[in-house]
Amino acid sequence: MMRRLATLLYRRPNLYLAMLLIPPLIWFGAIYLGSLLALLWQGFYTFDDFTMAVTPELTLANFAALLQPSNFDIILRTLGMAVAVSIASAVLAFPIAYYMARYTRGSTKAFFYIAVMMPMWASYIVKAYAWTLLLAKGGVAQWFVQQLNLEPLLQWLLGIPGVGGSTLSTSHLGRFMVFVYIWLPFMILPIQAALERLPPSLLHASADLGARPRQTFVQVILPLAVPGIAAGSIFTFSLTLGDFIVPQLVGPPGYFIGSMVYAQQGAIGNMPMAAAFTLVPIMLIAVYLTLVKRLGAFDAL
Amino acid sequence: MLGPSGSGKTTCLRLIAGFEQPSHGSIRIHGVEAAGLPPYQRDVNTVFQDYALFPHMNVRDNVAYGLKVKGVAKAQRHARAEEALGMVALAGYGERKPVQLSGGQRQRVALARALVNRPRVLLLDEPLGALDLKLREQMQGELKKLQRQLGITFIFVTHDQTEALSMSDRVAVFNRGRIEQVDTPRNLYMQPATPFVAEFVGTSNVLRGELAQHLVASPQPFSIRPEHIRLSASAIPGDVLQLSGVLHDIQYQGSTTRYELQLDNGQLLAVSQANSQWHADAAPWQPGQRLHAHWPREAMTALRETVLDEGR
Amino acid sequence: MHSDNASPGLRLAAWGGLLFLHFPILIIVLYAFNTEDAAFSFPPRGLTLKWFGVAFSRPDVLESIKLSLQVACLATLIALVLGTLAAAALYRRSFFGKESLSLMLILPIALPGIITGIALLSAFKTLGIEPGIFTIVVGHATFCVVIVYNNVIARLRRTSQNQIEASMDLGADGWQTFRYIVLPNLGSALLAGGMLAFALSFDEIIVTTFTAGHERTLPIWLLNQLSRPRDVPVTNVVAMLVMLVTMLPILGAYYLTRGAENVTGSDGK
Repeated sequence: MMRRLATLLYRRPNLYLAMLLIPPLIWFGAIYLGSLLALLWQGFYTFDDFTMAVTPELTLANFAALLQPSNFDIILRTLGMAVAVSIASAVLAFPIAYYMARYTRGSTKAFFYIAVMMPMWASYIVKAYAWTLLLAKGGVAQWFVQQLNLEPLLQWLLGIPGVGGSTLSTSHLGRFMVFVYIWLPFMILPIQAALERLPPSLLHASADLGARPRQTFVQVILPLAVPGIAAGSIFTFSLTLGDFIVPQLVGPPGYFIGSMVYAQQGAIGNMPMAAAFTLVPIMLIAVYLTLVKRLGAFDAL
Repeated sequence: MLGPSGSGKTTCLRLIAGFEQPSHGSIRIHGVEAAGLPPYQRDVNTVFQDYALFPHMNVRDNVAYGLKVKGVAKAQRHARAEEALGMVALAGYGERKPVQLSGGQRQRVALARALVNRPRVLLLDEPLGALDLKLREQMQGELKKLQRQLGITFIFVTHDQTEALSMSDRVAVFNRGRIEQVDTPRNLYMQPATPFVAEFVGTSNVLRGELAQHLVASPQPFSIRPEHIRLSASAIPGDVLQLSGVLHDIQYQGSTTRYELQLDNGQLLAVSQANSQWHADAAPWQPGQRLHAHWPREAMTALRETVLDEGR
Repeated sequence: MHSDNASPGLRLAAWGGLLFLHFPILIIVLYAFNTEDAAFSFPPRGLTLKWFGVAFSRPDVLESIKLSLQVACLATLIALVLGTLAAAALYRRSFFGKESLSLMLILPIALPGIITGIALLSAFKTLGIEPGIFTIVVGHATFCVVIVYNNVIARLRRTSQNQIEASMDLGADGWQTFRYIVLPNLGSALLAGGMLAFALSFDEIIVTTFTAGHERTLPIWLLNQLSRPRDVPVTNVVAMLVMLVTMLPILGAYYLTRGAENVTGSDGK
């Protein structure tokens, strides 16, 4: 009986394929994509400010509202943070990835790999929480600053408009540091993988042709690491763009896209506006993906 | 089955094994229609190019696998596996894992695993390709001996014409998805049917067009093996088949010397002469010299041009 | 690409980077043993195990741990089934829509969690489904599938197709081949994928915020705690536990999946 079924499936590969595919297709097609499209569709519904009621009359008002200065500010603020975090992560990640790929082997390489993977997977909320402890008044960061007599420097940093704030934990700087910390491993690993694929003969060839180490680095290594950096930035960019927990815990008041979506659907109850807002990260990420695709990011994922 | 890579010989083998199904036509194995049957319902076993040993099983379990899935009792299948391992000179290796074996040993395990089922046809997909030359020659001999001993059909895929000629009773030459000729190694060499076979099996001079017309008064192409051609400094008088050309290159190859003569139409004619005389001149001729090539009529084999219908 | 000596600057940057990654984690561990009950103050005055006892006698903590474990187990189970099916379907044959299908699997982790969360929430609302453990599991399973899928498809691609053909050639039908050849090869990949999916689900907060309703998984409990300074020691203990539960599977998955290459029995062909 089983054998007959096996033979039937062997002879009818399309039937076999369909049997495999139907459960995941139903789950993702119906549950996931279905909800996603339904959500975007709700962005066209009308929200009545007075009755707080949603009516299925189609309108573009919600999307138009995204361009209002207050909303547009939120988008720019989030976008700016995502870009800054991506750049900083790349700068911090590169030496680690480069060292891992070029100067470690065997058990040291495994050690580095695990040492990057563990913080990457360690609980997101706990990592965010750890930073509230670190940055709090009387916390670890302040203690270090005091021990090293760096208070004037910190005060100066916190005084810069757009970067600082009244304390570290309520400053843009603090929020930026938390973001960079949390997403940094997502940048290290793709860069490391890209560098790892670089054949040593290429470096020898460059040296053989007369390039000094610095020239080899700029002319050969860096260009070939670009796909890895681009792949890593997909994570740092997209994850920062949609986050609403970190902005809530650290940094000055003021909405991020994520917290705006959360507030619109929760406290305010304006699901159409929340839906319209979710379109922003989707669009930004789509644009970003087409940009980095040209840099070869998808081959380095 | 002999042919260049991409000529369809592996696809043909996979069709026989049942890994691929024909879109039309039929496959008969000892007279029994097999098209449409899955691999496990065919009396055919395969030795894979990369051996495809199961890495998580030891050698004995690998060899006994076919018996296990057929429901043969454990004691019996172990005995038969051991017997098959003995046949390939690997008795006592049953406990090892495939990773602990050398390339040649893995190859033998793959052979034992396929033979333990006593198939009616054994398929071998370039089984010696991964071995080095010496081991390869040794295995060629052993495979041949094994085939004689067991008396089952071996279908052997290779792109190496020496291997095909020395091991086979009959060779099928593949080219661009078609069989150009099926014949004994000797006939294949002496009487190639098409220009492709003539040039793929050994070296050959294929003369066609005006040259053919001029020599034999027929546009049909023909082939002459280089070793059947003689060279001389002056034309041979009388009704002899001959062509003249300029000596282009001389290559000393140990037992033979190879000459390349550039004919007046630009074609290169390969001529091979045995270095059998002790005191022969090192080089009786110099490049650039005009020479005459002649050969007996029997040395010529008429060929038929292959007509390829590209649509299929 | 390996060369002899890194410059001291590079070495410092690399090891310093590692320290930066691990420092906050060490701080969490340290604070879990802190004797003080209110402060974030550093350095701690003393170390104690007292807060572990306190944390584990709190019904709300136990309740949340239980819920998180249930959710993670169920989500992992669903992800194992769906991820394996998808991987088996997609790893070899190409067919119309294959690309978009694999894109769809990645979408839940490629798009910010907030989008998945709010989309599911509004769908549940529309369908009149009350938020609860069921809705949490649906959300988690959706983004866990890709983890299992990635692990399984990587292993399937490494398992030489010839092994499957060899098995059928030797007389095994599809089921026998699956049982004797594919499953033993897949075992550790499934375990690794399952552990990672478990860790991911156990820790998830963004999607969960939307789909949990009044239920509180452990991360949500933690988030709520952050506005209650009086409970800091208990929060610290729970934070350390959550971190361990999410970090340890990485070690396990690493040891399960490494060295899986290069065992097909052929010599570097």
